Order: sequence, then C-alpha cells, then structure tokens
Amino acid sequence: MAEATEGRRLNANDLWVLATVVGMTAVTVLTRSLFFLSTTPWRLPGWVQAALQIAPIAALAAVIAPEIVTTQGQLIDSWRDARLFGVAAATAWYVWRRGLLGTIVVGMAVYMPLHIGLGW
Amino acid sequence: MKQSLIAHPDFRVGVREMLTVAPGIAAWGLMTGVAMAKSGMSLAAMLTMATLVFAGSSQLAALPLLAAGAPMWVILATASCVNLRFVVFSAHLRPYVMHQRLWRRLFSGYLFADLSYVLFVRRFPQPATEARGRAAQDAYWLGSGVAAWVTWTGTGLLGIGFAASVPQSWGLAFAGILALLGILYSLLSGPLQATSAAVAAAAAVAAFALPLKLNILVAIAAATAAAMMWPKPRRAAA
Repeated sequence: MAEATEGRRLNANDLWVLATVVGMTAVTVLTRSLFFLSTTPWRLPGWVQAALQIAPIAALAAVIAPEIVTTQGQLIDSWRDARLFGVAAATAWYVWRRGLLGTIVVGMAVYMPLHIGLGW
Repeated sequence: MKQSLIAHPDFRVGVREMLTVAPGIAAWGLMTGVAMAKSGMSLAAMLTMATLVFAGSSQLAALPLLAAGAPMWVILATASCVNLRFVVFSAHLRPYVMHQRLWRRLFSGYLFADLSYVLFVRRFPQPATEARGRAAQDAYWLGSGVAAWVTWTGTGLLGIGFAASVPQSWGLAFAGILALLGILYSLLSGPLQATSAAVAAAAAVAAFALPLKLNILVAIAAATAAAMMWPKPRRAAA
C-alpha cells in the first residue's frame, strides 16, 4: 500500500513511467511555446482554433467521468458510492461559490466520511 | 543578461504579484503531490514529475492513465489536449518574446502557466517596442514564473512527503479528480462547452472497454466533432 513512497528498486515499468514523465515535460514546453517557435508569423485556420477551445474540455471530461461512475471497468450499479456524493457536493459548491479550492475541500469533506466510515 | 533581469525592479514586482496568488498554487501543488504519491508511481518518477512537468492539470489527468498502464502516446496525447489552452495563450504572448533567442523563448514558454499569463497581460496589455520596455517585461515574466515554479514544486514535494503518512484507504487521490472537475467547470463558459463535456464524458464511459485507454481519445474526437457541427457560427476566442 504505502510502498509507492518508499525508495524501492526501479523496474522496467518504472523506467517507462519515467520516460513518459520526461515526455510530459516536453509537452509542457511545446504547447506553451508553440507560437514562439517560428520567426515567420503564422495563423491557425479557424476550425483548428475552434477545436483548440474544445479539446481541453473534452480531455478533462473524458478522464474524469470513468473515474466517477465506473469500478474496475464496470458502470457502478449502486447509489451507495462515496464518489457520487462527493461530486454532488463539489458541484453544488462550485455552482454556489465558484472557488476551486472550496470545490475540492467540500467534495472531500463529504467523500471521506462516507468512504472511510461506511466503506462506500 | 539573466543577472541583470534578476536585478531589474520588475523582477521583484513579478515575484510579489505572484506571491499574492501563491496560496492557491500552494494548495493545488500540495494536493497534486498527494495525488502523485497515491498513484503508485516510483519515487524517482514522482520527484521527476514534481520538479519538471510544471503543469498541474496535465499531471493530474495523466495519473489515472499511468496507473492503468496506458501506452505512452495515449498519455502524451491526453496531456497535450489538456494543455492546448496554452497554445492559445502562446499565440497571444508571441509578440512579447520574439526578441529573445529560440532557447530563451522555449524557457519563457516553460515558465508561464495560467496565473502568470493572466497577471502578465494585466500588467503589460501591449508588447513593448523598445529595449527598456522589453527588459521590464522579461524581468517581470521571469520573476512571476520563478515564484510560481518554486511555490508549485515546493508544495508538490511537501504533498508527496505528507501523503506517505496517510493510509491509501482514505482515498485522498479522489481530491485529484475533484480538482480536475473544478477546472472543467471553470472552462464551461456556454452551452457549446457544456454539451462538448457531456458528449466526451458519455463517450469515455461508453468506450471504456477499449484497450490502451483509447476511450479517452475516442471521447476527445467525438466531442470535438460534435462541436464542429454546432449550428451557430462562433467567433474564435480573442
């Protein structure tokens, strides 16, 4: 359980993860500097600009949704899942107050008692 | 040249203005550190991610994919998509950095993130046209960027250390999902955005059985295609 934070020996998978993390650093630099690269001015076509607005939203939603409504690849079939209540509370806070930190804190405040106390 | 930028008064202004929003970055960095520690990564990978990547939302989005053993290209494609907002910012910031050499421009790109972008364009609505103005802008950019990096990296490492003393069963990693949820909500500026998010969420769950976490890419493609078919003509964002 806690082995992740111990200094265990690296295996092949760890090296692969490490390479992925280095790749993510390159992604950070490239996406933030994309328009800094060329000295000749250029513009993206309109449809690409429109796609640039939507892709981050789609990527976030696509990563989040399965983490909330599936367990080991199966759609959950019970409402007794702490994640649903945590998300509901976080969403209610966001609608009311808009703060990112509050959204996380309120969501966890509802999620943790249900998850730890009731085992949901 | 770097030396003179650090001595420039605008370096301090950049640091100071970034520090006013640093509590937000600190909370976020702490939480990302915890989420990294709970993801099952090796210590080396965690420390590398905490010190190098410097992009919170793409780090958090990559964690479930890394844990599921998704192929590298799927993870990098997802990280790129989450980061695409920076491409839009880079188009806006281009005139501010083109006097720099290429490697320096890449470093400038690495250093700016959402908050530093907002602070920078608030202080410098117009790109400078002479050397003195450019020096002020470069110094401010460096100051705010370094302050953000130190805050982010320091609290990320703290979070990794703190998480080691918390049992896995508490489910702290869920905070990472809630953070992504909060960012997602902040991006939903209209019905087009909300519909796209709903399409992507539904597609990602429906296609969950696909191998290699390809459901993420299917969902991005589906939502982007759906947005292209959106009836109203839309202006590109300014």
